Amino acid sequence: MKDQYDVVVVGAGPGGSIAAKTAAQKGLDVLLIEKRQEIGDPVRCAEGVKKISLRRHIEPDHRWICADVKGSRIFSPNGTKVEMSEAISGGEVGYVLERKVFDRALAYEAAMAGADVMVKTRATGLIIEDGFVRGVNVMHLGDESTIRSKIVIGADGVESKVGRWAGIDTSLHPSDIETCAQFLVTGVDIDQDYCDFYLGNKIAPSGYIWVFPKGKNQANVGIGILGSKSGKHRAITLLSDFIKEQMPDARIIEMVVGGVPVKGTIERTIANGLMLVGDAARQSDPITGGGIINSMDAGKIAGEVAAKAIAAGDVSTKALNDYEKRWRATIGREIDSSLMVKNTFVKFTDEDLNSLAYSLKNVNFTSMRLMDLLYALFKANKKLLWDLRDLFKDVVKNEIDFNYRS
Amino acid sequence: MVAIHVNRYKCGYCGACVGVCPTGALELIETWIEADENCTGCGICAKVCPVGAIEVKK
Repeated sequence: MKDQYDVVVVGAGPGGSIAAKTAAQKGLDVLLIEKRQEIGDPVRCAEGVKKISLRRHIEPDHRWICADVKGSRIFSPNGTKVEMSEAISGGEVGYVLERKVFDRALAYEAAMAGADVMVKTRATGLIIEDGFVRGVNVMHLGDESTIRSKIVIGADGVESKVGRWAGIDTSLHPSDIETCAQFLVTGVDIDQDYCDFYLGNKIAPSGYIWVFPKGKNQANVGIGILGSKSGKHRAITLLSDFIKEQMPDARIIEMVVGGVPVKGTIERTIANGLMLVGDAARQSDPITGGGIINSMDAGKIAGEVAAKAIAAGDVSTKALNDYEKRWRATIGREIDSSLMVKNTFVKFTDEDLNSLAYSLKNVNFTSMRLMDLLYALFKANKKLLWDLRDLFKDVVKNEIDFNYRS
Repeated sequence: MVAIHVNRYKCGYCGACVGVCPTGALELIETWIEADENCTGCGICAKVCPVGAIEVKK
Protein backbone atom coordinates (compact mmCIF):
# COMPACT_ATOMS: atom_id res chain seq x y z
CA MET A 1 0.00 0.00 0.00
CA LYS A 2 1.35 3.39 -1.03
CA ASP A 3 1.31 6.15 1.58
CA GLN A 4 1.40 9.16 -0.72
CA TYR A 5 -0.92 10.37 -3.51
CA ASP A 6 -1.82 13.54 -5.33
CA VAL A 7 -5.48 13.09 -4.44
CA VAL A 8 -7.35 10.90 -1.95
CA VAL A 9 -11.09 10.59 -2.57
CA VAL A 10 -13.13 9.49 0.45
CA GLY A 11 -16.25 7.54 -0.56
CA ALA A 12 -16.91 5.49 -3.69
CA GLY A 13 -20.45 6.60 -4.54
CA PRO A 14 -21.14 8.21 -7.94
CA GLY A 15 -19.59 11.56 -6.90
CA GLY A 16 -16.41 10.03 -5.50
CA SER A 17 -15.88 7.64 -8.41
CA ILE A 18 -16.35 10.36 -11.04
CA ALA A 19 -13.98 12.67 -9.13
CA ALA A 20 -11.37 9.88 -8.95
CA LYS A 21 -11.82 8.96 -12.60
CA THR A 22 -11.55 12.58 -13.75
CA ALA A 23 -8.46 13.30 -11.65
CA ALA A 24 -6.78 10.06 -12.82
CA GLN A 25 -7.55 10.84 -16.47
CA LYS A 26 -5.82 14.18 -15.96
CA GLY A 27 -2.69 12.28 -14.99
CA LEU A 28 -2.91 12.59 -11.21
CA ASP A 29 -1.95 9.84 -8.79
CA VAL A 30 -5.31 9.04 -7.17
CA LEU A 31 -6.57 6.81 -4.37
CA LEU A 32 -10.31 6.13 -3.96
CA ILE A 33 -11.29 4.69 -0.56
CA GLU A 34 -14.60 3.13 0.47
CA LYS A 35 -15.36 2.22 4.07
CA ARG A 36 -17.68 -0.63 3.13
CA GLN A 37 -16.40 -3.92 1.84
CA GLU A 38 -18.85 -3.62 -1.09
CA ILE A 39 -19.23 -0.65 -3.44
CA GLY A 40 -22.85 0.30 -4.11
CA ASP A 41 -24.35 -1.62 -1.20
CA PRO A 42 -26.39 -0.97 0.89
CA VAL A 43 -28.43 1.20 -1.46
CA ARG A 44 -29.89 4.40 0.00
CA CYS A 45 -31.64 5.70 -3.07
CA ALA A 46 -34.81 5.64 -5.20
CA GLU A 47 -32.53 5.12 -8.23
CA GLY A 48 -34.17 7.45 -10.74
CA VAL A 49 -32.09 9.59 -13.15
CA LYS A 50 -32.64 11.68 -16.25
CA LYS A 51 -31.17 10.05 -19.33
CA ILE A 52 -29.80 13.21 -20.86
CA SER A 53 -27.87 14.15 -17.71
CA LEU A 54 -26.52 10.65 -17.18
CA ARG A 55 -25.03 10.57 -20.68
CA ARG A 56 -22.69 13.39 -19.72
CA HIS A 57 -20.82 10.87 -17.60
CA ILE A 58 -21.33 7.32 -18.81
CA GLU A 59 -22.82 5.42 -21.73
CA PRO A 60 -26.05 3.70 -20.66
CA ASP A 61 -25.57 -0.04 -20.10
CA HIS A 62 -28.38 -2.56 -19.78
CA ARG A 63 -26.53 -4.25 -16.91
CA TRP A 64 -27.47 -1.41 -14.57
CA ILE A 65 -30.72 -0.17 -16.08
CA CYS A 66 -33.90 -1.70 -14.65
CA ALA A 67 -36.54 0.43 -16.33
CA ASP A 68 -36.83 3.00 -19.08
CA VAL A 69 -39.52 5.53 -18.12
CA LYS A 70 -41.43 7.91 -20.39
CA GLY A 71 -42.99 10.22 -17.86
CA SER A 72 -44.09 11.11 -14.35
CA ARG A 73 -47.50 11.26 -12.73
CA ILE A 74 -48.21 13.26 -9.61
CA PHE A 75 -51.30 12.44 -7.53
CA SER A 76 -52.77 15.01 -5.15
CA PRO A 77 -54.37 13.83 -1.87
CA ASN A 78 -57.80 13.37 -3.51
CA GLY A 79 -56.29 11.51 -6.44
CA THR A 80 -56.23 14.34 -9.00
CA LYS A 81 -53.55 13.42 -11.50
CA VAL A 82 -50.96 15.63 -13.17
CA GLU A 83 -49.09 13.86 -15.93
CA MET A 84 -45.79 14.93 -17.42
CA SER A 85 -44.61 12.91 -20.34
CA GLU A 86 -42.25 13.34 -23.22
CA ALA A 87 -43.61 10.35 -25.06
CA ILE A 88 -45.77 12.61 -27.22
CA SER A 89 -42.88 14.75 -28.35
CA GLY A 90 -40.68 11.71 -28.93
CA GLY A 91 -38.23 12.82 -26.27
CA GLU A 92 -36.38 10.69 -23.82
CA VAL A 93 -36.88 10.83 -20.10
CA GLY A 94 -35.37 8.66 -17.42
CA TYR A 95 -33.95 5.41 -16.20
CA VAL A 96 -34.43 3.56 -12.96
CA LEU A 97 -31.01 2.20 -12.10
CA GLU A 98 -29.66 -0.80 -10.25
CA ARG A 99 -27.34 1.22 -8.01
CA LYS A 100 -25.47 -1.82 -6.73
CA VAL A 101 -24.26 -2.51 -10.28
CA PHE A 102 -24.09 1.13 -11.39
CA ASP A 103 -21.86 2.30 -8.52
CA ARG A 104 -19.47 -0.56 -9.13
CA ALA A 105 -19.36 0.24 -12.85
CA LEU A 106 -18.31 3.80 -11.98
CA ALA A 107 -15.63 2.58 -9.55
CA TYR A 108 -14.43 0.25 -12.32
CA GLU A 109 -14.10 3.24 -14.65
CA ALA A 110 -12.09 5.11 -12.00
CA ALA A 111 -9.80 2.11 -11.65
CA MET A 112 -9.44 1.76 -15.44
CA ALA A 113 -8.46 5.43 -15.60
CA GLY A 114 -5.60 4.60 -13.25
CA ALA A 115 -6.93 5.31 -9.77
CA ASP A 116 -6.06 2.95 -6.93
CA VAL A 117 -9.13 1.68 -5.08
CA MET A 118 -9.30 0.40 -1.51
CA VAL A 119 -12.45 -1.04 0.03
CA LYS A 120 -13.11 -1.70 3.71
CA THR A 121 -11.00 1.41 4.27
CA ARG A 122 -12.48 4.11 6.47
CA ALA A 123 -11.18 7.64 6.94
CA THR A 124 -10.83 8.22 10.69
CA GLY A 125 -9.50 11.77 10.52
CA LEU A 126 -7.64 14.34 8.44
CA ILE A 127 -3.98 15.26 8.57
CA ILE A 128 -4.00 19.04 8.99
CA GLU A 129 -0.71 21.00 8.96
CA ASP A 130 -0.31 24.79 8.82
CA GLY A 131 -4.01 25.16 8.09
CA PHE A 132 -3.86 22.79 5.11
CA VAL A 133 -5.44 19.35 4.73
CA ARG A 134 -2.51 17.09 3.82
CA GLY A 135 -4.04 13.63 3.82
CA VAL A 136 -6.18 11.20 5.76
CA ASN A 137 -5.83 8.75 8.60
CA VAL A 138 -7.45 5.49 7.62
CA MET A 139 -8.39 2.15 9.06
CA HIS A 140 -8.17 -0.81 6.70
CA LEU A 141 -9.15 -4.25 7.95
CA GLY A 142 -8.63 -3.04 11.50
CA ASP A 143 -5.16 -1.58 10.93
CA GLU A 144 -4.60 2.16 11.17
CA SER A 145 -2.30 4.07 8.85
CA THR A 146 -1.66 7.48 7.37
CA ILE A 147 -1.96 8.44 3.71
CA ARG A 148 -0.62 11.83 2.68
CA SER A 149 -2.00 13.75 -0.31
CA LYS A 150 -1.99 17.22 -1.82
CA ILE A 151 -5.79 17.29 -1.99
CA VAL A 152 -8.55 15.35 -0.23
CA ILE A 153 -11.97 15.12 -1.88
CA GLY A 154 -14.70 14.30 0.66
CA ALA A 155 -17.50 12.38 -1.05
CA ASP A 156 -18.54 10.62 2.14
CA GLY A 157 -22.26 11.00 1.88
CA VAL A 158 -25.04 12.21 4.16
CA GLU A 159 -23.04 11.00 7.17
CA SER A 160 -19.98 13.01 6.06
CA LYS A 161 -17.33 13.75 8.66
CA VAL A 162 -14.60 14.98 6.31
CA GLY A 163 -16.06 18.50 6.07
CA ARG A 164 -16.59 18.75 9.83
CA TRP A 165 -13.01 17.66 10.48
CA ALA A 166 -11.84 20.55 8.29
CA GLY A 167 -14.02 23.03 10.16
CA ILE A 168 -16.93 23.20 7.70
CA ASP A 169 -20.28 22.98 9.45
CA THR A 170 -22.31 20.50 7.42
CA SER A 171 -24.76 19.55 10.17
CA LEU A 172 -28.40 19.43 9.13
CA HIS A 173 -31.40 20.64 11.13
CA PRO A 174 -34.43 18.31 11.20
CA SER A 175 -36.09 20.55 8.59
CA ASP A 176 -32.99 20.17 6.37
CA ILE A 177 -33.34 16.43 5.86
CA GLU A 178 -35.92 14.08 4.37
CA THR A 179 -36.00 10.88 6.36
CA CYS A 180 -36.75 8.02 3.98
CA ALA A 181 -37.69 4.37 3.73
CA GLN A 182 -38.21 2.24 0.66
CA PHE A 183 -39.29 -1.29 -0.16
CA LEU A 184 -38.44 -3.11 -3.34
CA VAL A 185 -41.73 -4.85 -3.97
CA THR A 186 -42.72 -7.58 -6.36
CA GLY A 187 -45.99 -9.24 -7.35
CA VAL A 188 -47.63 -5.93 -8.13
CA ASP A 189 -49.19 -4.60 -11.32
CA ILE A 190 -47.02 -1.52 -11.89
CA ASP A 191 -47.10 0.62 -15.03
CA GLN A 192 -43.46 0.29 -16.02
CA ASP A 193 -43.57 3.46 -18.15
CA TYR A 194 -44.11 5.99 -15.35
CA CYS A 195 -42.61 7.24 -12.12
CA ASP A 196 -45.50 8.03 -9.77
CA PHE A 197 -45.59 10.47 -6.87
CA TYR A 198 -48.29 10.61 -4.18
CA LEU A 199 -48.68 13.81 -2.17
CA GLY A 200 -50.55 14.40 1.08
CA ASN A 201 -49.88 15.49 4.62
CA LYS A 202 -51.47 12.36 6.03
CA ILE A 203 -49.60 9.82 3.93
CA ALA A 204 -46.26 11.70 3.77
CA PRO A 205 -46.00 14.92 5.83
CA SER A 206 -43.90 17.52 3.92
CA GLY A 207 -42.70 14.89 1.52
CA TYR A 208 -44.16 12.29 -0.82
CA ILE A 209 -44.44 8.62 -1.61
CA TRP A 210 -42.85 7.43 -4.84
CA VAL A 211 -43.40 4.37 -6.98
CA PHE A 212 -40.57 3.83 -9.45
CA PRO A 213 -40.76 0.82 -11.81
CA LYS A 214 -37.87 -1.64 -11.56
CA GLY A 215 -38.72 -3.95 -14.43
CA LYS A 216 -41.17 -6.87 -14.72
CA ASN A 217 -43.62 -6.68 -11.82
CA GLN A 218 -41.24 -4.90 -9.47
CA ALA A 219 -41.02 -1.36 -8.11
CA ASN A 220 -39.20 0.83 -5.63
CA VAL A 221 -41.97 2.07 -3.36
CA GLY A 222 -40.58 4.65 -0.99
CA ILE A 223 -41.36 7.57 1.23
CA GLY A 224 -39.59 10.73 2.35
CA ILE A 225 -40.92 12.93 5.14
CA LEU A 226 -39.35 16.08 6.51
CA GLY A 227 -37.22 15.32 9.58
CA SER A 228 -39.08 17.97 11.58
CA LYS A 229 -42.33 16.03 10.99
CA SER A 230 -40.80 12.72 12.06
CA GLY A 231 -41.09 11.32 15.56
CA LYS A 232 -44.68 10.38 16.29
CA HIS A 233 -44.91 8.95 12.79
CA ARG A 234 -41.88 7.29 11.24
CA ALA A 235 -41.06 6.95 7.54
CA ILE A 236 -41.09 3.17 7.86
CA THR A 237 -44.54 2.93 9.50
CA LEU A 238 -46.16 5.42 7.09
CA LEU A 239 -44.74 3.46 4.16
CA SER A 240 -46.00 0.15 5.57
CA ASP A 241 -49.47 1.69 5.96
CA PHE A 242 -49.46 2.84 2.33
CA ILE A 243 -48.39 -0.57 1.02
CA LYS A 244 -50.95 -2.39 3.13
CA GLU A 245 -53.70 -0.16 1.78
CA GLN A 246 -52.67 0.36 -1.85
CA MET A 247 -50.73 -2.81 -2.66
CA PRO A 248 -52.05 -5.57 -0.43
CA ASP A 249 -50.56 -8.27 -2.67
CA ALA A 250 -47.06 -6.81 -2.71
CA ARG A 251 -44.17 -8.95 -1.52
CA ILE A 252 -41.30 -7.00 -0.04
CA ILE A 253 -37.96 -8.38 -1.21
CA GLU A 254 -35.67 -5.58 0.00
CA MET A 255 -35.75 -2.74 2.50
CA VAL A 256 -33.84 0.53 2.18
CA VAL A 257 -33.55 3.47 4.58
CA GLY A 258 -31.80 6.79 4.24
CA GLY A 259 -31.58 10.51 4.87
CA VAL A 260 -31.55 13.02 2.00
CA PRO A 261 -30.20 16.54 2.57
CA VAL A 262 -32.75 19.18 1.52
CA LYS A 263 -31.01 22.14 3.11
CA GLY A 264 -30.07 23.93 -0.09
CA THR A 265 -26.56 25.12 -0.83
CA ILE A 266 -24.25 25.42 2.17
CA GLU A 267 -21.94 28.34 2.74
CA ARG A 268 -18.65 26.66 1.94
CA THR A 269 -17.55 23.38 0.34
CA ILE A 270 -13.79 23.93 0.24
CA ALA A 271 -10.88 24.39 2.62
CA ASN A 272 -7.14 24.52 1.99
CA GLY A 273 -6.42 21.16 0.32
CA LEU A 274 -10.04 19.98 0.51
CA MET A 275 -13.20 19.83 -1.59
CA LEU A 276 -16.59 18.32 -0.68
CA VAL A 277 -18.74 16.57 -3.29
CA GLY A 278 -22.31 15.23 -3.47
CA ASP A 279 -24.39 14.57 -0.34
CA ALA A 280 -21.31 15.46 1.76
CA ALA A 281 -21.59 18.96 0.25
CA ARG A 282 -25.41 18.85 0.63
CA GLN A 283 -25.77 19.05 -3.17
CA SER A 284 -28.93 16.96 -3.45
CA ASP A 285 -32.01 18.70 -4.84
CA PRO A 286 -34.28 20.02 -2.05
CA ILE A 287 -37.52 19.32 -3.93
CA THR A 288 -36.90 16.12 -5.90
CA GLY A 289 -34.34 14.68 -3.50
CA GLY A 290 -32.30 13.68 -6.57
CA GLY A 291 -28.58 13.60 -5.96
CA ILE A 292 -26.91 11.17 -8.37
CA ILE A 293 -26.41 13.57 -11.28
CA ASN A 294 -25.52 16.55 -9.07
CA SER A 295 -22.86 14.44 -7.35
CA MET A 296 -21.43 13.29 -10.64
CA ASP A 297 -21.40 16.82 -12.08
CA ALA A 298 -19.69 18.13 -8.92
CA GLY A 299 -17.26 15.19 -8.87
CA LYS A 300 -16.20 15.94 -12.42
CA ILE A 301 -15.61 19.62 -11.62
CA ALA A 302 -13.68 18.70 -8.45
CA GLY A 303 -11.44 16.31 -10.42
CA GLU A 304 -10.71 18.97 -13.03
CA VAL A 305 -10.03 21.67 -10.45
CA ALA A 306 -7.74 19.31 -8.49
CA ALA A 307 -5.65 18.70 -11.61
CA LYS A 308 -5.35 22.39 -12.35
CA ALA A 309 -4.50 23.33 -8.76
CA ILE A 310 -1.86 20.63 -8.39
CA ALA A 311 -0.28 21.54 -11.73
CA ALA A 312 -0.07 25.15 -10.55
CA GLY A 313 1.35 24.08 -7.19
CA ASP A 314 -1.39 25.89 -5.27
CA VAL A 315 -4.07 23.94 -3.39
CA SER A 316 -5.23 26.82 -1.18
CA THR A 317 -8.87 27.92 -1.07
CA LYS A 318 -7.90 30.63 -3.55
CA ALA A 319 -7.08 27.99 -6.17
CA LEU A 320 -9.93 25.64 -5.19
CA ASN A 321 -12.45 28.46 -5.33
CA ASP A 322 -12.80 27.59 -9.01
CA TYR A 323 -14.67 24.44 -7.86
CA GLU A 324 -16.92 26.51 -5.64
CA LYS A 325 -17.67 28.96 -8.44
CA ARG A 326 -18.32 26.35 -11.11
CA TRP A 327 -20.70 24.11 -9.17
CA ARG A 328 -22.63 27.06 -7.76
CA ALA A 329 -23.09 28.55 -11.24
CA THR A 330 -24.62 25.28 -12.50
CA ILE A 331 -26.17 22.79 -10.08
CA GLY A 332 -26.08 25.40 -7.31
CA ARG A 333 -28.54 27.62 -9.14
CA GLU A 334 -30.97 24.74 -9.58
CA ILE A 335 -30.62 23.82 -5.92
CA ASP A 336 -31.40 27.42 -4.89
CA SER A 337 -34.56 27.43 -7.03
CA SER A 338 -35.64 24.07 -5.66
CA LEU A 339 -35.11 25.29 -2.11
CA MET A 340 -37.53 28.14 -2.76
CA VAL A 341 -40.07 25.61 -4.03
CA LYS A 342 -39.51 23.31 -1.06
CA ASN A 343 -40.06 26.13 1.41
CA THR A 344 -43.40 26.87 -0.27
CA PHE A 345 -44.37 23.22 -0.71
CA VAL A 346 -43.94 22.24 2.94
CA LYS A 347 -46.56 24.84 3.92
CA PHE A 348 -49.33 23.49 1.66
CA THR A 349 -52.41 21.88 3.17
CA ASP A 350 -54.04 18.94 1.41
CA GLU A 351 -56.70 21.35 0.10
CA ASP A 352 -53.96 23.53 -1.43
CA LEU A 353 -52.40 20.49 -3.09
CA ASN A 354 -55.77 19.39 -4.48
CA SER A 355 -56.58 22.78 -5.91
CA LEU A 356 -53.10 23.10 -7.43
CA ALA A 357 -53.47 19.73 -9.15
CA TYR A 358 -56.98 20.60 -10.27
CA SER A 359 -55.78 23.85 -11.84
CA LEU A 360 -53.65 21.83 -14.27
CA LYS A 361 -56.51 19.60 -15.33
CA ASN A 362 -56.46 20.78 -18.92
CA VAL A 363 -52.74 21.21 -19.32
CA ASN A 364 -50.84 18.69 -21.42
CA PHE A 365 -47.20 18.65 -20.50
CA THR A 366 -44.81 17.58 -23.17
CA SER A 367 -41.82 18.38 -21.02
CA MET A 368 -40.47 16.84 -17.88
CA ARG A 369 -38.84 19.98 -16.56
CA LEU A 370 -39.96 20.86 -13.09
CA MET A 371 -39.74 24.54 -14.04
CA ASP A 372 -42.36 24.08 -16.76
CA LEU A 373 -44.74 22.49 -14.27
CA LEU A 374 -44.10 25.24 -11.75
CA TYR A 375 -44.66 28.01 -14.24
CA ALA A 376 -47.98 26.54 -15.32
CA LEU A 377 -48.95 26.23 -11.66
CA PHE A 378 -47.82 29.78 -10.95
CA LYS A 379 -49.84 31.22 -13.81
CA ALA A 380 -52.99 29.52 -12.55
CA ASN A 381 -52.44 30.08 -8.80
CA LYS A 382 -50.61 33.36 -8.40
CA LYS A 383 -51.94 34.00 -4.90
CA LEU A 384 -50.99 30.62 -3.48
CA LEU A 385 -47.60 30.64 -5.18
CA TRP A 386 -46.72 34.30 -4.82
CA ASP A 387 -43.58 33.38 -2.83
CA LEU A 388 -42.22 31.77 -5.98
CA ARG A 389 -42.53 34.85 -8.19
CA ASP A 390 -38.77 35.46 -8.15
CA LEU A 391 -38.24 32.13 -9.88
CA PHE A 392 -39.99 33.36 -12.97
CA LYS A 393 -38.57 36.85 -13.24
CA ASP A 394 -36.03 35.80 -15.86
CA VAL A 395 -38.56 33.62 -17.59
CA VAL A 396 -40.98 36.44 -18.17
CA LYS A 397 -38.24 38.87 -19.06
CA ASN A 398 -36.68 36.62 -21.67
CA GLU A 399 -39.99 35.23 -22.88
CA ILE A 400 -38.64 31.73 -22.68
CA ASP A 401 -40.85 29.38 -24.62
CA PHE A 402 -42.35 26.76 -22.37
CA ASN A 403 -42.95 23.28 -23.57
CA TYR A 404 -46.53 22.81 -22.62
CA ARG A 405 -49.86 23.44 -24.24
CA SER A 406 -52.97 24.57 -22.44
CA MET B 1 -21.19 10.00 28.92
CA VAL B 2 -22.97 8.78 25.81
CA ALA B 3 -26.59 9.75 26.25
CA ILE B 4 -28.21 7.65 23.50
CA HIS B 5 -28.85 4.01 22.87
CA VAL B 6 -28.96 2.66 19.31
CA ASN B 7 -30.94 -0.54 18.87
CA ARG B 8 -28.72 -2.47 16.47
CA TYR B 9 -31.50 -4.89 15.66
CA LYS B 10 -33.63 -2.04 14.28
CA CYS B 11 -30.95 0.23 12.79
CA GLY B 12 -30.68 0.25 8.99
CA TYR B 13 -27.29 2.03 9.17
CA CYS B 14 -28.34 4.81 6.81
CA GLY B 15 -26.42 7.61 8.55
CA ALA B 16 -29.30 10.14 8.72
CA CYS B 17 -28.60 10.51 12.46
CA VAL B 18 -24.94 11.32 11.78
CA GLY B 19 -25.94 14.07 9.33
CA VAL B 20 -28.16 15.83 11.88
CA CYS B 21 -25.92 15.48 14.95
CA PRO B 22 -25.06 19.07 15.96
CA THR B 23 -21.90 18.08 17.86
CA GLY B 24 -20.47 15.53 15.44
CA ALA B 25 -20.68 12.87 18.15
CA LEU B 26 -22.01 10.11 15.87
CA GLU B 27 -20.29 8.06 13.24
CA LEU B 28 -21.51 5.41 10.82
CA ILE B 29 -18.95 2.61 10.86
CA GLU B 30 -19.83 0.15 8.11
CA THR B 31 -23.01 -1.35 9.58
CA TRP B 32 -23.36 0.27 12.98
CA ILE B 33 -23.55 3.67 14.65
CA GLU B 34 -21.05 4.76 17.29
CA ALA B 35 -21.54 7.74 19.62
CA ASP B 36 -18.73 9.43 21.55
CA GLU B 37 -18.56 11.62 24.65
CA ASN B 38 -19.57 14.74 22.67
CA CYS B 39 -23.15 13.42 22.66
CA THR B 40 -25.37 15.78 24.65
CA GLY B 41 -28.54 13.71 24.49
CA CYS B 42 -30.34 16.42 22.46
CA GLY B 43 -32.44 13.74 20.76
CA ILE B 44 -32.42 15.17 17.22
CA CYS B 45 -31.02 11.87 15.90
CA ALA B 46 -33.84 9.95 17.60
CA LYS B 47 -36.41 12.26 16.02
CA VAL B 48 -35.25 11.88 12.42
CA CYS B 49 -34.38 8.16 12.46
CA PRO B 50 -36.56 6.58 9.73
CA VAL B 51 -37.05 3.38 11.74
CA GLY B 52 -37.00 4.69 15.31
CA ALA B 53 -33.86 2.83 16.35
CA ILE B 54 -32.47 5.51 18.68
CA GLU B 55 -33.50 6.23 22.26
CA VAL B 56 -32.25 9.00 24.51
CA LYS B 57 -31.16 7.55 27.86
CA LYS B 58 -32.95 9.05 30.84
